[in-house]
Amino acid sequence: MSGRGGRTIKVDTLARVEGEGALYIKMAGDRVADVKLKIYEPPRMFEAFLRGRHFSEAPDITARICGICPIAYQMSAVHAIERALAIKIDPAVRLLRRLFYCGEWIESHALHVYMLHAPDFLGYQDVIEMAKDHRAAVEKALRLKKIGNRIVHLLGGREIHPISACVGGFYKVPSRKQVQELVSDLEWALEASLETVRWTSTLEFPPFEQEYEFVALQHPDEYPLNEGRLVSSHGLNIDAAEYEDRFVEVHVKHSNALHSVMRGKGSYFVGPLARFNLNFGRLPEIAQKAAIEAGLRPPVKNLFRSIVVRAVELVFACAEALRVIGEYEAPAAAHVDVANRAGVGQAITEAPRGILYHRYAVDENGLIVAAKIVPPTSQNQRRIEDDLREYAGHLAAWPIEEATWKCEQAVRCYDPCISCATHFLKVRIDRQ
Amino acid sequence: MSSSRKSTVKSRPRIGVFKFASCDGCQLSLLDAEDELLAVVGAVEIAYFPEASRIMLKGPYDIGLVEGSITTHHDAERIQEVRRKCKTLITIGACATAGGIQALRNWKDVEEFIRIVYANPAFITTLKLSTPIAEHVPVDFELRGCPINKYQLIELISATLIGRKPNIPNYSVCLECKRKANVCIAVAAGVACLGPVTQAGCGALCPSFTRGCYGCYGPMETPNTASLTSQFRILGQSDEQISRAFRGFNAWAWQFRKASEECKRP
Repeated sequence: MSGRGGRTIKVDTLARVEGEGALYIKMAGDRVADVKLKIYEPPRMFEAFLRGRHFSEAPDITARICGICPIAYQMSAVHAIERALAIKIDPAVRLLRRLFYCGEWIESHALHVYMLHAPDFLGYQDVIEMAKDHRAAVEKALRLKKIGNRIVHLLGGREIHPISACVGGFYKVPSRKQVQELVSDLEWALEASLETVRWTSTLEFPPFEQEYEFVALQHPDEYPLNEGRLVSSHGLNIDAAEYEDRFVEVHVKHSNALHSVMRGKGSYFVGPLARFNLNFGRLPEIAQKAAIEAGLRPPVKNLFRSIVVRAVELVFACAEALRVIGEYEAPAAAHVDVANRAGVGQAITEAPRGILYHRYAVDENGLIVAAKIVPPTSQNQRRIEDDLREYAGHLAAWPIEEATWKCEQAVRCYDPCISCATHFLKVRIDRQ
Repeated sequence: MSSSRKSTVKSRPRIGVFKFASCDGCQLSLLDAEDELLAVVGAVEIAYFPEASRIMLKGPYDIGLVEGSITTHHDAERIQEVRRKCKTLITIGACATAGGIQALRNWKDVEEFIRIVYANPAFITTLKLSTPIAEHVPVDFELRGCPINKYQLIELISATLIGRKPNIPNYSVCLECKRKANVCIAVAAGVACLGPVTQAGCGALCPSFTRGCYGCYGPMETPNTASLTSQFRILGQSDEQISRAFRGFNAWAWQFRKASEECKRP
């Protein structure tokens, strides 16, 4: 409200995000004086209690960091440990891991696009209210989500904290016939995802573009999931082993926050928008075409269009799952045998909401002596605050309730997973 | 910020979902019940469920679902307030019913843990122990599992609304294996399996995937952990390995806690 002395935008409990956080923005006239994305999730200290556990337990233990994206944790853990132990996996296992990850992407993106984010664009408090007017869309979302979960269920035994992934492969792998039973569902899901791209592209997007440094994995010929080099829109190109040379978690003074920043630079952007902008040419043709028809061309710099990009990634995940199923033959052994040996390994994989870094050091008995985990939300957190510092200024003339809701909507564009990020505690920024 | 939901049916039971230290997975089970979700939200009023809605209505609530363990002073106070507002309080998942994986701190120096994770330990306040909800307030029903079984959750909500006893078995995972006609991996393959002491509910998932049960549903009623410890020794497990097996997602459940300590005594 320009002309007034100052006002405060305050959201005590951020809704429709995973985990518990709060938002605090202090305005002085049109100027944003203060932004705080407070995360009051209690710390659970995984990196500390992983010490002394056997490496084979890491995929199951780290899955418990996040009930929304347990597969991301399992995948980063197995890849990092396999690197520490210099293990090579069967190509069929590699394919199966891609299929497993596609299941999580479909489940997580369908949940976010329709159930957590769309209500903001359409002016509903939640998906329950939205279902009264958009029952067909919500039913489509639930079926899409269920198909993602069906993949996870087949490969991992259950949707949340699946039990089959292990260092070296899987405890048990499905037969070719079993994975082929997913095909008809996935063909429906592919169509539904294309409709989702069209539907989300008709939403209204606030005109808010920023110059971001996008960071994502890049593989020579695949859209990234499990592997690749870490690249950015500003020329970064590194191996996972170099990650900690270039990125650092900062414990901000007068705050309880750990923010991941690029050394010597500052905030950066991870997640669907970053992946899309850096890997557009590696999307299957059907996803590229859908994106272009929806008016998306890289680089997309409008944060609010991330809901459309997430829908494009739904198309990718369904198409990729179908491709993998077409190629899949069950491996001779579900996993390679893994012996204890000392080593250090790092890995980055693409969780639905952005890159997830793991590093483990293990001793000759296979016990973990050090672990480091950097979840996507701690990497986006500084970026979220930078966006709000800019965006709240655009809303200075808006009524307070609407401005508050718009700021919440902006935060939800990142699909923040606060449960993941709880090894940093409360976020407070004081710049006065 | 929360505008009130225009409720057409005033008499629907009100449900609140509350989160403490946890991964969000157990409350996600509710949203993962894709086939039942629209029916459930038609039968009850979701009055407080921040993961799903901006609407946050004040209590009292007919049913409170509590996820997560108590690890901070603030949360120790907050659970008292939640209890006061809920007619029936149900805890869901290993964190809420046993302290969760984060209870591994309970055997360590928490200050050292903080130093491992945080650059500036002075900024962090946390309790020495991660404890289940029932150590703080009376709880009407504890639903086990890491994560919980969504069908058990729906059964429990339905039973509570009707006022009957929920059908949640407390026998061991072994019975589920027998029912699925699984070959016993402990006997046939010599795998260290916690199935004999772990409560059913998962459908004997791990043994069905040829791996040993890791106890994510917590101790069954009257588990014979001493006997299982002897069996693990016969299979060649070291005391350290046996202790780690009991110290998983339900490490602080007293039966597992005791077993994890006793196996290390000379």
